[in-house]
Amino acid sequence: MNGIQIFVFIGIMWVLIIVGGGILISIIAPISIHSFDRYGDIFDSGIKALIAIFLVIAWIFIISKIKNWIFQKQIKH
Amino acid sequence: MMFDRTITAIIVSIIAFIVVYALTPILIKKLERRNLVVKDYNRVGGAMVARPGGPSILAGILSSELVLYAFSPSTGVLAIILTTSLAFLVGLADDRKVLGGWFKPVALAATAIPIIMLGAYDYHLAFPLFGTVKIPALYLALIIFMIPITGNTINSIDVLNGVASGFMTIASFALTISLFIIHNYDVAIASLPLGFVSLAFYKYHKFPSRIFPGDSGAVMLGAMYGTIAIVGHVEVIAAVALLPAVINSFLFLSSVKRIIEHRQLKANPVTHTEDFKLMATTEKDAPVTLVRLILAHGPMTEKEVGHAIFKLALFSGALAIITAIMMDIKL
Repeated sequence: MNGIQIFVFIGIMWVLIIVGGGILISIIAPISIHSFDRYGDIFDSGIKALIAIFLVIAWIFIISKIKNWIFQKQIKH
Repeated sequence: MMFDRTITAIIVSIIAFIVVYALTPILIKKLERRNLVVKDYNRVGGAMVARPGGPSILAGILSSELVLYAFSPSTGVLAIILTTSLAFLVGLADDRKVLGGWFKPVALAATAIPIIMLGAYDYHLAFPLFGTVKIPALYLALIIFMIPITGNTINSIDVLNGVASGFMTIASFALTISLFIIHNYDVAIASLPLGFVSLAFYKYHKFPSRIFPGDSGAVMLGAMYGTIAIVGHVEVIAAVALLPAVINSFLFLSSVKRIIEHRQLKANPVTHTEDFKLMATTEKDAPVTLVRLILAHGPMTEKEVGHAIFKLALFSGALAIITAIMMDIKL
């Protein structure tokens, strides 16, 4: 079937969204940093936000690599 | 209660569909009389097509959502009405005057203010299988980013006859079904007008188009979709249903590496064969887009490309519904 790669790419993106959510909820969210008494909560949220942003950047990077791999023939063309 | 909801759902759906279905031919005539037409470059001979169709779409959305608000007032419906109307104005400004690439994202970010001011959101982000995560500060940023992203994503897929309205019909009905699956009935009913205005507009927008939605139509449809996703707490499901359009924006941005309007492109991603079929261009500077990837296997008619995009929309819509079903499953 023509264009099957696009369906595969959508499927991979879907799996990555679910896995990314799983990492966010199971690993990142439970992290608790209490080293600073007064600003502990802000520091805690800031670190989690930074990790989440890093995860999004990593997600885009992975998607970009997968895109090049799946569509290499079309992109070169 | 369920009977009342069913009646309300039927009434708002009928109003949304009929208003757009009846008003669009009148709008076409008015636009043509005022010479508000643009050339359809993909048509043999380059037919002149009326633009923008945004006003009739807005009329359908406002009439149905205001009736819904009269039946059951809620901050969610009010947020949908306000953000959608503001997004229409942003799109209309871009229809009237050629504005910079950054204007729309920034202005659309401002249209999210009613959602925040009305508190029509829940800062728990829900993921399938794993549950929810509380992100109070980050969620405000997500709201501000979400509306420009969905607005521009739908606008960027508005490149062929009928694609934006047809795609929006499929994605929004998938979102409505998902909202029913997760038992969020009130927002599900509020989302019905989006599907029905898109469907009614598709009648005139499909190949060969009699009217184009313009930025006021396409951006508004995307912004309303984003607002429903926030108000209905279905952000992830909404993103899944929108994946083909997201891929289009992602491919475009990763090839041009900056935010620009399509009209600013140096090379067109698509060209025509002698028999006026669409064909992927071989120009190096042309961006990679979803249409260009679809055409990589060979030339196709505009109608065939549109149908290929609808198949992708149906696939991602099915994935969105599966995601909604998975929301009840916890690992």
